[in-house]
Amino acid sequence: MSAIFDGYQPRPATYDEMFQAQEQVRGAYAGVQRQVQGLTLADLSARAEYLSHTYLDQGVTFDLGGEERPFPIDIVPRLIDNQSWQAVETGVAQRVAALEAFLSDIYGEGQVFNDRVIPRRVVTSSPHFLRVAKGVEPPGKVRVHVAGIDLIRDSDGTFRVLEDNVRIPSGVSYVMTNRRAMSAALPEAFAHHRIRPVSQYPGKLLAALRACAPSGVTDPTVVVLTPGAYNAAYFEHALLARLMGVRLVEGRDLLAQGGRVMVRTTHGLFPVHVIYRRVDDDFLDPVAFRRDSVLGVPGLLNAARSGNVTIANAVGNGVADDKLVYTYVPDLIRYYLGQEPILPNVDTWRMEDPEHRAQVLDRLDELVLKPVDGAGGKGIVIGPRATKAELADLRARLLADPRGWIAQPVVQLSTVPTLVGDRLAPRHVDLRPFAINDGEKVWVLPGGLTRVALPEGELIVNSSQGGGSKDTWVLAAEPTDTQIQVQSAAEGAVLHPGLRAGRMGQAQTPTGMVQSMGGMTQVLGTPFGSEH
Amino acid sequence: MLSRIAEALFWIGRYVERADALARLLDVYLQLLVEDPVIDREATCRSIFAAMGAQHDGVNDPDAVLRVLLWDSTSPSSIAFALETARENARRSREVVSTELWEGLNTTYYMVSNCQLSGPRPADGFRLVRERANLITALADQTQSHDDGWQFIVLGRSIERIDMTSRMIQMTTYATAPSASWLLTLRACGGAHAFTRTYRAIESPRAAAEFLLQDRLFPRSIAYSLGQAAACLEVLDPRQRRVGFGGDAARIIGRARARMDYLSLTELLSDLAGEMSALQSMCGEATEAVAHRYFEGAVAPEWLGGPL
Repeated sequence: MSAIFDGYQPRPATYDEMFQAQEQVRGAYAGVQRQVQGLTLADLSARAEYLSHTYLDQGVTFDLGGEERPFPIDIVPRLIDNQSWQAVETGVAQRVAALEAFLSDIYGEGQVFNDRVIPRRVVTSSPHFLRVAKGVEPPGKVRVHVAGIDLIRDSDGTFRVLEDNVRIPSGVSYVMTNRRAMSAALPEAFAHHRIRPVSQYPGKLLAALRACAPSGVTDPTVVVLTPGAYNAAYFEHALLARLMGVRLVEGRDLLAQGGRVMVRTTHGLFPVHVIYRRVDDDFLDPVAFRRDSVLGVPGLLNAARSGNVTIANAVGNGVADDKLVYTYVPDLIRYYLGQEPILPNVDTWRMEDPEHRAQVLDRLDELVLKPVDGAGGKGIVIGPRATKAELADLRARLLADPRGWIAQPVVQLSTVPTLVGDRLAPRHVDLRPFAINDGEKVWVLPGGLTRVALPEGELIVNSSQGGGSKDTWVLAAEPTDTQIQVQSAAEGAVLHPGLRAGRMGQAQTPTGMVQSMGGMTQVLGTPFGSEH
Repeated sequence: MLSRIAEALFWIGRYVERADALARLLDVYLQLLVEDPVIDREATCRSIFAAMGAQHDGVNDPDAVLRVLLWDSTSPSSIAFALETARENARRSREVVSTELWEGLNTTYYMVSNCQLSGPRPADGFRLVRERANLITALADQTQSHDDGWQFIVLGRSIERIDMTSRMIQMTTYATAPSASWLLTLRACGGAHAFTRTYRAIESPRAAAEFLLQDRLFPRSIAYSLGQAAACLEVLDPRQRRVGFGGDAARIIGRARARMDYLSLTELLSDLAGEMSALQSMCGEATEAVAHRYFEGAVAPEWLGGPL
């Protein structure tokens, strides 16, 4: 037995997922600890080397400044026991259901504004609220076909939502390739765990996309639309297309004509019914958005409006990713679903709220300030690390554009042992589970992308900022697990009109059938059904 | 099949075949430079550049040949460039090429970009290229469905083979001792053994010419490759018709094929250099016709029969 874990010191005031305290391993990780400890350091390093080597050979790479790098994956897996996973799974599905109802509402009649759950201006001032999407009824009533909800674990180990991604979340390809690579690199540990598989994702995605095809199409043609081989996520686009067995197309391969979309092939033009697009809204259709876009398809939006083609995810979803809207999501869950949120948000101050702003401006040096429409850790200022000059500059920018910023306390993300150089050290991680909505049910992939911040103490985890990844093992259910209970919304919460009448018993809700049982509610079948 | 994907597959076929043929050619001629005490090194290197149509304005020595035609990936005539471009084409068509084919191309690319071609012994580099090219070709044949996509790979491979074989034959017309030169060409085409099995060990330039130009069984002869290209085009455009052929590419290939099949050997040999450069321009025209018909998304006008 080697001394691989000797001297491993969990960071103070931080939840380490493997070690409760020094040399005290949490139950779920006992097997991994035993297997890893059975290896010498040289052996472990050789296996880590194998991981990056196979990724280069297989072309599992991402683009960093024009250079192809193997996607970094750590040799120590991250485990999530089934009990904790239930909260993630139910909570993510709940959140996606609420965001779906929210998008449908704001691009429809806007009942949520009338009920004063969220101010109208918060939505309309978002740069991602697109008027062209108003009144467009997406086939199957689905706007969020795929969601990636970023979670972190706070110092108590509670999963909290950091941000929602319901535009074009990426990373799921690495969930699948990480699993295959790890089963080759660490077969011993694999054999000793019952790990829930992740390989069914492409099949689920294809089924959901087909289910949301325009009405009347019995055998829909699905394509994946990519910006091209130079996009940072091109590997993922190609992998998904390959595993779903559908065409990977670029904008120039498609032609929108007379409200229909066709693909150019060597045998002429063929109709396309569902476009799983990985191109941003802005670039999707030069007629409706940026005129200079060469990545899009002129006339695509018209075809979608005519109901002849499904764009997945729908145009205009970005407003739900807005970090200011994020602060309202717990209320939206209560409003649309009549339930208490399972996954709490990270505490957040809205800079546009004068009271919040006053509180924040006094303690800029203690807080994290985030631009509301930033993705991938861009533009984030971590107060305790910023210089005086940076803080002064930040203050000026906050005052100039309060709508553009939110503030959060510095959350010490949980840590997992990670191979750094020639030793294992705690490194901060987050988790992006992926959810697929086929219009009947929100399905959450048992796993997800665990991203690791490789520099010591670093809290921003993103592969564009030097992040790594871990294979994420969700363990199969144990007989001792208890079923998670969903609480109905607290007294006094504002509910959607469709829910209000049914507060006392059974009701037809705007989001499906809700049955009350002694204060517990359970959503049956469709969370936001087609019957409404 | 997407036009863009068809184009990528076509060029994978061409570039991999080019790397293979070029590796054999360089191997044979550089060995000759080492072995032959009286050879004019400068003239031989110049004729290699000329036959390959490579732009080179410096000293004509073996080092320059190795750089321009083997390892310098910035030189568009080099093997390194061909393999890198083949891999880039596969990267753009990754959902269509099989995982095995992709990994074959990708690992080859990393071997090449890790300077495995510019090592001290060029022969090692040539062997590596030949092995990898044949591995890739085999993977394309064994792991892809033989659908339209595969037809484009084979079409590219066949057209490149016609081009490269004609260039190798052209080398004999520069030579001062034709019979020795034909033997080299046979070896460069990987056909020395097959030739000996067919014609016995006779040193006859005429027999060698017949074998490389008109043999219907040897897979690198001009006639065989033309036949293969024609077969691909027929599968790609299977419309039944009573008159003519589908598209310009089929016509261009068919004309060259008839010439190769029906001209007598004497007629072909009377202006061998002219015939070979005609074949090379034919390859260019055929590629252009294929590109116009399949890669640019242009749809050929089709007659819809029946009563109006």
